[in-house]
Amino acid sequence: MVTTFKAQVQNLHFYYGTVEALKNISISIQEKKVTAMIGPSGCGKTTLLRCFNRMHDLYPGNRYEGEITLYPEGKNILDPKVDPIELRMRIGMVFQKPNPFPKSIYENVAYGLRVRGITQKSIIGEKVEESLRYAALWDEVKDRLYHLASNLSGGQQQRLCIARTLAIDPEIILFDEPTSALDPTATQKIEELMETLKEKYTIITVTHNMQQAARVSDYTAFFYLGELIEFDKTENIFTNPKVKKTEEYITGRFG
Amino acid sequence: MSLAALVRRNKQYDFWFSVISIMCVLFSLLALTTLLLDLALEGIPRLSLNFLISFPSRFADKAGILSAWVGTFWVMFITAFISIPLGILSGLYLEEYAPKNKLTQFIEINISNLSAVPSIIFGLMALGIFVHSLHLGQSLLTAGLTLSLLILPIIIVATREAVRAIPTSIREASYALGATQWQTVKHHILPYSFGGIATGVIIALSRAIGETAPLITVGALTFIAFLPHSFMDPFTVLPIQLFNWISRPQAEFHVNAAGAGVILLTLTLLMNAVAIIIRYRVRKKITW
Ligand SMILES: Nc1ncnc2c1ncn2[C@@H]1O[C@H](COP(=O)(O)OP(=O)(O)OP(=O)(O)O)[C@@H](O)[C@H]1O
Ligand SMILES: [Mg+2]
Repeated sequence: MVTTFKAQVQNLHFYYGTVEALKNISISIQEKKVTAMIGPSGCGKTTLLRCFNRMHDLYPGNRYEGEITLYPEGKNILDPKVDPIELRMRIGMVFQKPNPFPKSIYENVAYGLRVRGITQKSIIGEKVEESLRYAALWDEVKDRLYHLASNLSGGQQQRLCIARTLAIDPEIILFDEPTSALDPTATQKIEELMETLKEKYTIITVTHNMQQAARVSDYTAFFYLGELIEFDKTENIFTNPKVKKTEEYITGRFG
Repeated sequence: MSLAALVRRNKQYDFWFSVISIMCVLFSLLALTTLLLDLALEGIPRLSLNFLISFPSRFADKAGILSAWVGTFWVMFITAFISIPLGILSGLYLEEYAPKNKLTQFIEINISNLSAVPSIIFGLMALGIFVHSLHLGQSLLTAGLTLSLLILPIIIVATREAVRAIPTSIREASYALGATQWQTVKHHILPYSFGGIATGVIIALSRAIGETAPLITVGALTFIAFLPHSFMDPFTVLPIQLFNWISRPQAEFHVNAAGAGVILLTLTLLMNAVAIIIRYRVRKKITW
């Protein structure tokens, strides 16, 4: 099967004020694959992830250098002329800690549609059900769609956040350690979910869990101190890493 | 010293501390109840329909609080009309929109300081600006503007705190779905901070309703035997009517004062009760 690029990061530097958090990163993201980003704490995984949807624009003093080209149109999304709001309509994000809105389950999933100005009840209702089904949460919540999302368990909340992202039909979904706050059962559910999600979506996920990276991802990037150390097919990274540092990290000798 | 003896001695401090705390609480409660009872016993018998619908009079038993409570109503109406939108929007701007720099920091500190300025100073300022410079006269409008100035800092600070309490993760969730700043404010920031803001607004208004000093400064009248026809008419309010009666030598007027006091107190307590209910309701619904 021929794979195509969904996004290409080229010579990306990122600065928090004067602190250079990402140093000359170049990496290609394949369409409808899972790309995992691993590395010790503070190496810049979250920072890179948040470049894809220009989340850094929300805070003053942050600066990008270099390019992230988004396909199929091949435009550099870091260009100041690109509207981050428009970009975020195409690139969804799931955060480390489940962060549902203090609204009903239904309203949480519907929110992305409301932002797009969709008001027709039938369309929203359909999309809410479809997204909840896809996020494997429908059966658990279908009888209480109008209850507060905060009543759900942590794992359910995280799947709700995934459903909320799916409802806007993103091209890429960014996951920032989506299971780090969850128990093994909930984690397994989310991992299985990623497996099905990649049939439709391109996924980039950050994880601290080596087994998880090995299980769910097709490609793995290893970062260290803001630099990309190694990037390859996941099986190569885990069975035959080319850089010593990578091997040390995945075998648990540091990090 | 053995461990048991040490624990026993430490626990003795526990005991004495609780005793002292309870005594402090009892003392405050006792003082407060005495005051309230005293006011209620004297004032409640005076309450009647006539008391509510009569103008003040030279004769204590014919005097009523009509012009006072109508005045209070209109002054509070003007105050709320001006201070609520102004305060909420200022607080929202400072917290959510303004760049975080030296200037906004300076403004922030000054607003906090303003809420500690004695109310009579606001009265003097209002006398200079509204009465003398803007020629608004000793009117309902002047009174409303004065009290607005007085409670604006309270509303601004309450708004900022309520907005600040919303976690970053909720904002980011909204932005990550492609929401604009205005959508984020309209759909999330304002609804989630509503409880805190409403509570702050009501507390502020219940402070304004009892204010006397700044209104005397801007020229409240103590004897008004007509109802206002426009916001430019002269005014009186409940606490001023109360103050006027209590400063008369005759004991019958003191009973009138107690009656007005009961009304004023009831209004204040009602407002605070509403604030508590709103806070409770919202807290039950909004958790992060
Ligand atoms: N807002 C910020 N301002 C300044 N420096 C920051 C900021 N956020 C992160 N950093 C720094 O940037 C570097 C990369 O941080 P980042 O959060 O991307 O790491 P990470 O790989 O996601 O770590 P973790 O695994 O702990 O989540 C760190 O050195 C961090 O201290
Ligand atoms: Mg991180």
